[in-house]
Amino acid sequence: MRPTSARLLNILVPVKSTSDDALEFCRAVDYAVKIRVNPQQTGIDTNVKHSMNPFDEIAVEEAVRLREKLKASVKTIKAVTIGPPKSVDTLRTALAMGADSAIHVEIAESGPSPEPLAVAKTLRAIIEKQNGAATDAKDKIDVVILGKQAIDDDLGVTGQMLAGLLGWSQATFASKVEIDEAKGEATVVREIDGGGEEIKCKLPIVITTDLRLNEPRYASLPNIMKAKKKPIEKLSPADLGIDYTPQLETIKVAEPAKRVGGGKVASVDELVQKLKEAGI
Amino acid sequence: MLRTGSRVCQRALRRSYATAASPHALVFVDHRGGVIESGSLSAISAAEQLGGQVSALVVGSPDHVPQLVEQAKKIKGVTSVLHSASPQYENVIPEVVSPLLQKLLSDSTPYTHVVSATSSAAKSLLPRVAAVLDVPTVSDITSLEHDAASGSTTFTRPIYAGNAIATVRAPSNIPIKFFTVRGTAFAPAATQDSASAEAQAVDPIEVADPVSQHIKTSITKSDRPDLGVASRVVSGGRALKNAETFEKTLYPLADALGAAVGASRAAVDAGYADNSLQVGQTGKVVAPELYVAVGISGAIQHLAGMKDSKLIVAINKDADAPIFQVADLGLVADLYEAVPELTEKLQK
Repeated sequence: MRPTSARLLNILVPVKSTSDDALEFCRAVDYAVKIRVNPQQTGIDTNVKHSMNPFDEIAVEEAVRLREKLKASVKTIKAVTIGPPKSVDTLRTALAMGADSAIHVEIAESGPSPEPLAVAKTLRAIIEKQNGAATDAKDKIDVVILGKQAIDDDLGVTGQMLAGLLGWSQATFASKVEIDEAKGEATVVREIDGGGEEIKCKLPIVITTDLRLNEPRYASLPNIMKAKKKPIEKLSPADLGIDYTPQLETIKVAEPAKRVGGGKVASVDELVQKLKEAGI
Repeated sequence: MLRTGSRVCQRALRRSYATAASPHALVFVDHRGGVIESGSLSAISAAEQLGGQVSALVVGSPDHVPQLVEQAKKIKGVTSVLHSASPQYENVIPEVVSPLLQKLLSDSTPYTHVVSATSSAAKSLLPRVAAVLDVPTVSDITSLEHDAASGSTTFTRPIYAGNAIATVRAPSNIPIKFFTVRGTAFAPAATQDSASAEAQAVDPIEVADPVSQHIKTSITKSDRPDLGVASRVVSGGRALKNAETFEKTLYPLADALGAAVGASRAAVDAGYADNSLQVGQTGKVVAPELYVAVGISGAIQHLAGMKDSKLIVAINKDADAPIFQVADLGLVADLYEAVPELTEKLQK
């Protein structure tokens, strides 16, 4: 009897929309772009356009590349976001990049953005819902790919929390991912302090992406048009039994102390002299 | 019998009067090759500021743990050293190490805070443990204050690539407060000659057939000081053209200054330097005495990684480069002429 490859991969890609100003930091085009702390010092002025968190773009790209490499072994790629009504645009971007369908957990415009633990619990609830309903192993979500951090809160913990809650293997700060779906294994190169590390993980797995994993594609116009027809399922936090009340209190958000440049020197000699004066 | 009874009673009373337990921090200690990493020493300084006991937790292979325990016992501020050795702990695989932490932090745990450096190992491990314990974590803090009366801890941490500073409070109803510490914001704890802390062995928890396995580690070797803790850093950007000129131009200057070498993301992405050298929001955060930025324009996410340096020197031929807005000493010049000249004059 020939062994049958029963496994198919179902990939979930959580994406977050971050303010475009925050995004500009990452794109690093213009130093003049500056986030604005609001006058009440309660947060950042977010009355700006939002886009997908760049690490999440890399996550979507990786999911799509896995399908291009593994072909039919990747059964579905589903994007998910938690956010106000307008974050549906972020899901459309993910769909235009190649995700098949999406889930939007809709929260109020004005509410605080959910903390990582609540996001991880939401993702767990979505996974358990789908995997509980799946009659066949082929329909179960077994790979989750997330960005290693959001560029607004810079916390970088959601993926690890999700892996902990699910008891799945985790591969953080991935710079290379190879999945052997027949064996049910993933080989991941991770970026660590001082170098790299290669690990082998059993599926199901939670992967978080580093910047160097890939270069995300631009969605083509036909794909953007096609994305408009792809299904987006709407859920409320109540549907999933999740409470988004923050556990941590944000007391204040302030501008950091400003650093002022000390001007220029005319020559290397002057530079050396000033360095010596500074005791170097 | 009676005595036991009264002790239980006392404890119950203490709880019911809601005077919060005095803080007891458990510091997860990072190490490499049997040597404690400097970032963990900064984490111990931060833990000490909570005003209570500080226990250092050393997890590693049986080869390394004894010498690590000896080092940890001598760190000022450490009141006890917990250690657990197992061949399985040679590399920090979160799936393998987290059961040990979960056990230490289960129901009747004395620990009120779990602290670590913002290192890649701790960043992978601790949020996993926090989630299982159903508590949040606070990443990369730059200052803290513990209110012993209420049992709440207030932290500051940079957000938006360091362009805003958030003050957050973990209230008393979070029983164990997890946080990671930005190394450059706290001086490393000093080492004293005599060991005052007592050591306590913790049985490892063997994980049969772990879901993740370590295959290999490739560490970029260097004779220069470690980037994260160096007091002087020389960094290069895209203007260095290629890996060969990067090395040829920057390394002699770094050697003349006894400095570590860093790089901008552009230089790393272009393959001029290894990505372990990247300074910035998504790379290392450094705050040396002297930071020399060579051929770096000063993109905001690079500044996020170095703008707390004491003295910033910029060498760039574009007089309008944003790096000059933060540099204490700026030199508008072609780096291929200025850097060798500077190297030569510094050597004199």
